[in-house]
Amino acid sequence: MVFNANMMIGGGLVGTISGVAALATVWTPFSPTRVSLSSRFQAPSSLHWLGTDEFGRDVLSRLMVGAETSIGVALTTTVVALVLGMAIGLTAGYLRGWVDRVLMSLNDTLLAFPGILFAMGLLAVIGPSKWGIVLALGLAYAPTVARVVRGSVLSLREREFIEASRALGNGAFYTLIRHIVPNTVSPMIVLATSLFGLVILSESALSFLGLGVPPPAPTWGNMLASARPHLERAPWLAIAPGTMIALCLLGANLLGDGLRDLLDPRSTR
Amino acid sequence: MFGYALRRTLSAIPTLVLVAISVFVLLRVVPGDPALLILGDAASAESLASLRRSMGLDLPLWQQFSHWIARVLVGDFGTAITNGQPVLPLIIDRFSVTAVIVLLSVLLASLVAVPLGMVAAWRQNSATDLAVIAGSTLLLSVPSFWLGLMLLMLFGVWLQWLPVVGYVGFGENAAIALTFIIMPVVTLTLIEIGQLTRMARAATIDVLRLDYVAHARAKGLSEGVVLFRHVLPNAFAPTLSLIGVILGNLLGGIAVIETVFTLPGLGRLLVDAIFQRDYPVVQGCMLFIAAIYIVVNLLIDLAYPWFDPRVAVE
Repeated sequence: MVFNANMMIGGGLVGTISGVAALATVWTPFSPTRVSLSSRFQAPSSLHWLGTDEFGRDVLSRLMVGAETSIGVALTTTVVALVLGMAIGLTAGYLRGWVDRVLMSLNDTLLAFPGILFAMGLLAVIGPSKWGIVLALGLAYAPTVARVVRGSVLSLREREFIEASRALGNGAFYTLIRHIVPNTVSPMIVLATSLFGLVILSESALSFLGLGVPPPAPTWGNMLASARPHLERAPWLAIAPGTMIALCLLGANLLGDGLRDLLDPRSTR
Repeated sequence: MFGYALRRTLSAIPTLVLVAISVFVLLRVVPGDPALLILGDAASAESLASLRRSMGLDLPLWQQFSHWIARVLVGDFGTAITNGQPVLPLIIDRFSVTAVIVLLSVLLASLVAVPLGMVAAWRQNSATDLAVIAGSTLLLSVPSFWLGLMLLMLFGVWLQWLPVVGYVGFGENAAIALTFIIMPVVTLTLIEIGQLTRMARAATIDVLRLDYVAHARAKGLSEGVVLFRHVLPNAFAPTLSLIGVILGNLLGGIAVIETVFTLPGLGRLLVDAIFQRDYPVVQGCMLFIAAIYIVVNLLIDLAYPWFDPRVAVE
């Protein structure tokens, strides 16, 4: 295995932020939700490294807990989208015929919505919550996965080794799991990485709009939203959470580029 | 060519119908009774029942859908629960704000990104190329609403060159209106440049390897002519498809930018309606945005053969 620079930097960024998220589950410098009106809008100092917000809460602690939420939501959502999308794509691609046509026209209907719009519609119905976000974004991105999986199944099932498996008397399901699924792994890894970044972005955008994890639980998105009225007085409130989102996205993008170079040698991009 | 255009146009119709059905179904599974929502908890049983009858809520679901779709087809999207205004004029009014920002930014971004991506590809693996990749990856990783906030802080709060809150329509005062849309347009343009440059670069690299480019060079054409006359049309086609996707994502996610810059656009209308549980407006906005997305992609597919005639041949 050859590692490239993109992968090292990207993996390093995502790994570090995940580490911070893991740390936040057991320890933060201050309580992320404790209000202290005597220490509102304190600029970054040796006590509060990233300052305090309009309720006197420690920004660093809130960022750490925000990382826990964002990384957690992004991981579960990516898994939900992958499992759903693979189930649809594998079924449609392998069975073909009317099953394929029905599943794919439903799939294309969902793809006709911009992903985040579909998620907003779902959240309008189920209400903003952590699991609501996971469900809404998972459903919104599953059709993309289904398309990619179906495409690779359609080309794989014409290959000789699949024919050989069938000639040996293996059932359709066994062939699917044993021989087709392993061959979709590398496009799935690349897709999962870019989905991870996309979910981080969408989740923070939805939280920014107030459709995400509800306050007082901190997320990077809702921290940015509450920083908007205090830009003049407390610019650090807007700088820190955005930097975290950007670093996380940069990590996911670089990791995705690196993985694609590694797993798809034909790619020239 | 004509056959392709016809086929592609007709294929958009079932998609539109399925989209309409899913928007309808999505907002009919809402827990809670729309009639109760309008009248409030204090309403009597009789007034609830009569409103339900007048809204057609007592009919079977498929009849409700056919009535709804029949009205939608003649431009009647219902009335907003919160203020009783008809939904479609409300959407169109707000959309005029959104459309200006989105179209301007996509246009500006394409004008910058396509030449930039082509130059990077032409000089693949040079310092210029690496700088372009690094720059566009960086732009790709910045959330639009954060970039917007940073611009707002710099030009609005610190330098005070541009207004921080509010909006003036182009109908009222074009010069002042311009000052309100500069920052949103610049924000979106920068974000899109990130995506489009990478696509233009990748597409150009693919095209530069083809035999006909070598042939054009062997013929003694200058690099400028090869790039502009022979590479650009083919490399632009995939970029054009991405522009369609970007337009859709922009329309879907425009609410965040409109929130940052306090613009009264379509995205804000949708988000406010979600908070107020004003389902006719939510339904109308979703259907409108999805329909625009489908039509834009149709138009792009129809323009595609102009750059790459192979797609029309099948």
